[in-house]
Amino acid sequence: MTATAPADEATALYDIPGPRTRRRHRLYGVLSTAVLLGLLAWILYLLFDTDQFTHTKWTPFQYEGIQELLLRGLGNTLKAFAVAAVLSLALGALLATGRLSDHRPVRWLAALFVEFFRAMPVLVMIFFVFVALKVQPLPALVAGLTLYNGSVLAEVFRSGVNSVERGQREAAYALGMRKTQVMSYVLVPQAVRAMLPAIISQLVVALKDTSLGYLITYEEFLHAGKLIASNLDYDLPFIPVVMVISPIYIGMCMLLSWFAYWVSKRQRRSPKTEAVDVAPAEPGTLLPGGYPPGPPPHRGAQ
Amino acid sequence: MDVLTDNFSTYGEGFLGTVELTVFASLLALALGFVMASFRVAPVGSLRAFGAAWVAVLRNTPLTLLFFAVLLGLPRFGLVLPFKVFAVLALGCYTSAFICEALRSGINTVPKGQGEAARSLGMTFGQTLSQVVLPQAFRSVIPPVGSTLIALAKNSAIAGAFSVTELLGTYKTLSELGYDIIWTFLWIALGYLIITLTISAVFTVLEKRWGVAR
Repeated sequence: MTATAPADEATALYDIPGPRTRRRHRLYGVLSTAVLLGLLAWILYLLFDTDQFTHTKWTPFQYEGIQELLLRGLGNTLKAFAVAAVLSLALGALLATGRLSDHRPVRWLAALFVEFFRAMPVLVMIFFVFVALKVQPLPALVAGLTLYNGSVLAEVFRSGVNSVERGQREAAYALGMRKTQVMSYVLVPQAVRAMLPAIISQLVVALKDTSLGYLITYEEFLHAGKLIASNLDYDLPFIPVVMVISPIYIGMCMLLSWFAYWVSKRQRRSPKTEAVDVAPAEPGTLLPGGYPPGPPPHRGAQ
Repeated sequence: MDVLTDNFSTYGEGFLGTVELTVFASLLALALGFVMASFRVAPVGSLRAFGAAWVAVLRNTPLTLLFFAVLLGLPRFGLVLPFKVFAVLALGCYTSAFICEALRSGINTVPKGQGEAARSLGMTFGQTLSQVVLPQAFRSVIPPVGSTLIALAKNSAIAGAFSVTELLGTYKTLSELGYDIIWTFLWIALGYLIITLTISAVFTVLEKRWGVAR
C-alpha cells in the first residue's frame, strides 16, 4: 500500500518532470490533499451528526459477554476457513491430477467438473447444499467453498505444471522416470513453488467468502456483529459494530494478501524457480480455458 | 421441467434482475476503476496514495461485509435509496478495485520507449495517452477485465440475500410453492451459466479481435 513516488521508474506516461512541472504537481498535490481531507471531514461530520459516537452505542463492547460473542464468531470464521482451505487444496490437487491424466474420460470428467463449478456463484452452491440437502450451516458453507475454490485451485495447479519449462519434463523422461515420478519429483515441486502466490491469493478469496456463512445463519463473525447491532438496549449500534468488525476482517485478509505478495517476491528471487514463471499474487482467473500466467505485471510498488 | 414452464415469469424476472445488476454494476465498476487507475498512475502523491488505499481496502473486504455496511448502514445517515441502487453501488465499488488493478497493470505493460517516442514526435500528453498508450494497454487488459466482470456477475447473487430481485432469490418463492428443490436449483444454475458463458464469449471475441498475440 506504499505510495512511494516512482520518480526513477518512469512509466510510458510522463517524462521526468522539470522544475516548473514539479511546482505544478506540488500545487495539484496540495489541492487534491485538501479535497481528500475535506471528504474525510465530511464523513466524520456525518458520523457525529447522526450520533454514532454516543456513550450508549459504544457501551456493549465493554461487556465480557459481548466480547466473547465476537470472539466466538471470529473463531467460527477461522474454523470454517481452515477446514475449507485444507479441503479445497485436496480437491484442487485431485482435480488437477484428473485434468492432467493420460486417460481421456478422466480428463473430460475433471474438466467438466472444474468448468461447471468455476462458472457457478459460490452462493448458489452453498444455498443448494444448505436448502436442498438440508445440511447444517457449517458443512454447507465448507462444501460450497471447497467446490468453488477447489475447482479454481485445480486450474492454478494445472497451469503451474504446464508452465514448467518443457526441457524439465523431457529430461526427466529421458532419465527413464515414469509419469508419476516425473510429476511428483520434477514438475509438481517447481509448479507449486511458482504458483504459491496464486494459491495463497485464492485462499484470501476463501477467507473473504466465509462471510457468506452469514447468509445461511452460520454463527460467524458478521453474524455476531448483526446480533449486537440489532440490540435496542444500546440504541441499535450498527455503525459502531461495522467500525469494529470491518478493520478486523479487512486486516486479516490484508495480512494474508501481503503474505502472498511477499512469497511471490521471494520465490521470484529463488534459484529453485528458474525453470518456471512465478505467478503474481493474484487469485486464479475465471475465463474458461484459463490463460497461462503471464510475466509478472507488478513491477512497481503494490 | 414443470418447474421452469410453470414459473417462467418468476425465473425471467430473476434472470433480468441479475442481468440488470450485472450491467449497471459493470458500468459503475469500469468508470470508477478507470478513475482509480488514473489516480494510481498520476504524478501527484496524494492521489496515488488514495488510489492505493482504495484498492488495498476494497480488494480485501469480504463482499458480504460491504453489502451489510452499504445496504444496512447508509440508511442510518439518512440516505434512503432503493435496495437495488445500493446493491449496484456495493458491487460496483467492490469490483472497481479489481478493474483498477487490471487497467494499471495494462498501462504498465506499455514499454517506456513508446511514450518517449511519442513525446519526441511532439505529441501532447493527451495525444500520447489516447493515440499511443491506451490503445496498447487496451489490448492486454481484455482477459483480466473479462474475468473480473464474470466474477461480478457471480457476486451479484449476494444481492438476492439482501432482498433484491435476482436469479438466486427465486428459489425462495418456488420452494414455498412446493416445487422440487433440486430442479429449481438446476434451472437457476443454468441461468448463471448462460450469463457467465455469454460474458466469457464476448471477451473471447474481443480478445481474438484486438488482443495481444500470445
